[in-house]
Amino acid sequence: MRVFVDGIGVLGPGMPDWPSTQAMLADGRDVVPEAVVLPAIAALPAAERRRTGSVVKLAVGVGLEALAQAGSDPADMATVFTSSGADGDTIHAILTVLTAGDCQISPTRFHNSVHNAPSGYWALACRATAPSTSLCGFDGSFAMGLLDAAAQVCVDQRAVTLLSYDHPYPEPLHAARLLHSVFAVSLVLSPARSDASLAELRVTTRQSQGSGCRMRQPGLETLRRDNPAARSLPLLGALAPRQASDDWENVVIEGIEAMLVDISVRRL
Amino acid sequence: MQSLRLSQMCIATSLGRGLDTHWEALRTGRSGLAPCVFEDVRLETHVGAIDGLDHLELPAGLRAYDCRNNRAAELALRQDGFDDAMASARERYGAARIGVFLGTSTSGILEAEHAYQARDASGRLPAQFRYSTTHNTHSLAAFVQKRFGLSGPSLVVSCACASTGKAFGNAARAMAAGLCDAAIVGGADTLCLTTLHGFASLQLVSPEPCRPCDGGRDGISIGEAAGFVLLERGDAPGAIRPGDIVFRGLGESNDAYHMSSPHPEGAGARLAIVRALQAAGLEAGDIDYVNLHATATLVGDKAEDHAVFDVFGGQTPASSTKGATGHTLGAAGIVEAIFSAQALQHQFMPGSVHLRARDAGFRSNVLGRGEARSMRRVMSNSFGFGGTNCSLILELAA
Repeated sequence: MRVFVDGIGVLGPGMPDWPSTQAMLADGRDVVPEAVVLPAIAALPAAERRRTGSVVKLAVGVGLEALAQAGSDPADMATVFTSSGADGDTIHAILTVLTAGDCQISPTRFHNSVHNAPSGYWALACRATAPSTSLCGFDGSFAMGLLDAAAQVCVDQRAVTLLSYDHPYPEPLHAARLLHSVFAVSLVLSPARSDASLAELRVTTRQSQGSGCRMRQPGLETLRRDNPAARSLPLLGALAPRQASDDWENVVIEGIEAMLVDISVRRL
Repeated sequence: MQSLRLSQMCIATSLGRGLDTHWEALRTGRSGLAPCVFEDVRLETHVGAIDGLDHLELPAGLRAYDCRNNRAAELALRQDGFDDAMASARERYGAARIGVFLGTSTSGILEAEHAYQARDASGRLPAQFRYSTTHNTHSLAAFVQKRFGLSGPSLVVSCACASTGKAFGNAARAMAAGLCDAAIVGGADTLCLTTLHGFASLQLVSPEPCRPCDGGRDGISIGEAAGFVLLERGDAPGAIRPGDIVFRGLGESNDAYHMSSPHPEGAGARLAIVRALQAAGLEAGDIDYVNLHATATLVGDKAEDHAVFDVFGGQTPASSTKGATGHTLGAAGIVEAIFSAQALQHQFMPGSVHLRARDAGFRSNVLGRGEARSMRRVMSNSFGFGGTNCSLILELAA
């Protein structure tokens, strides 16, 4: 599958946006973790904005950064949301209430508990009626989301924005799903090269028991292993240098079971 | 869009197990709904529960995946020769070339509900709670993938009540892009406290068996179900034979209106319907029957009627089978795709069980009783929280 990257958004510890992350990766520096500041979604009406939790802010925020960079209109943009764990705070609140006698779940909590809640709020914020899906592939969530988004770009010949995000669960769920860091990445993918295009990707899959690319910097490698969305870091590393590529650079990302995703990257 | 063949189907719902049992129920207007006796739930409501899940065992080696949702999947996969069909498909295509594209909304959350009830004095969950293989949304696809020894793409679509309908789209584009040559599409959603109490909190649950499209409808009945189809390419010469069921296209949209209420005039639903027709290269007049999403909420059924009338006018027959199964949430898309395929095979449009008098304000042609009618193509709708919509089109190969 051949796609072009027209926009990138990143949000993680010590990685507040793509320009600063790009500079860090291009310089070969390691991450200096800092608390992640989640952006409020200004485009939502105040009543809806109050109902959004961390995961919605994380996903929508990183997607808007990528789209702004690409100069694309979010209203017409197809989207692929992908996350292993969705909104742990909401799930925890519901599970706690269910152990209380009256089981009175708040209606807002209930509709926020669906895996596709970020997609729903994205649609409200961007008035986006375009097709949108919300996927889960456990630790392979980024890889499965990338495959689905790239397939849609190639088959339907339209731009698709991929949004991959995961957020730690609160206790006691945290102990059952050890995920310590917040991370999200968004890529605007399109079928044809344009003035906005930053890189060309060729995406294929193969079967191998081998592992994916690692990060040389220990802090980044810890983040990559910790958060399913941060499995994208080797790809971001290949996209980071400002100069155009002389040759294709190969990145390998782990999928599910014995599947590896090979991504050849050429910066434009 | 390429044509894909539904070469094998299997199903388990409150109506029973297997295709024949379901067809007999749809033809005779039988319902699987009964007063709720699930766990210690004290809600005045009816549910469509699958019989036999309490003592069902998953295959040896996959016991880590044990939860009600994967048990429902296991029960469905044991029906209708699906195991044999998969063994043969695996031999033809190879394990890496068969993708798994499933849907669920709540996966194995019942295990987490039980774990929270069993927290110790310091609030810790019991050590035997296995998050990744039960509660996590991908658990269902991992279970099915391992059960058949597959290693191709594997994902779960979790778009609330549109999940398994939308999964047809993910499978179709993966096959068109060459990521796999065949796909298991479907999924499961099963009873849990979260959805029973959640829908009750929204005051969307009826105390009676649900009556979609009825003037006196007063809410949904929650059901559980699992269903799967094997999708194979139909583009090679001779690959599609007369009588085969072909997936013609899918339309997806988002309401961009509200998180849990549909657009009152069904604008998002209409967009999904129109996009499905466009994807299939068809006109409204090419659709002979519409299997409605209609769950028996006041606003949802009305919005869908609006959209269906807008596109198809007042002649095209339509019905909702949710009075038979209850609203099986994320599994509704696959259950109703299978019912739509059976409607084509048997040339019989299922009726709307429990419908007494059609809502006087409705303008689309909602069937009460089932009717034997000639059909070539059917549409099935699925809509969900977050404003997510999809419509799919199936065709009987001539």
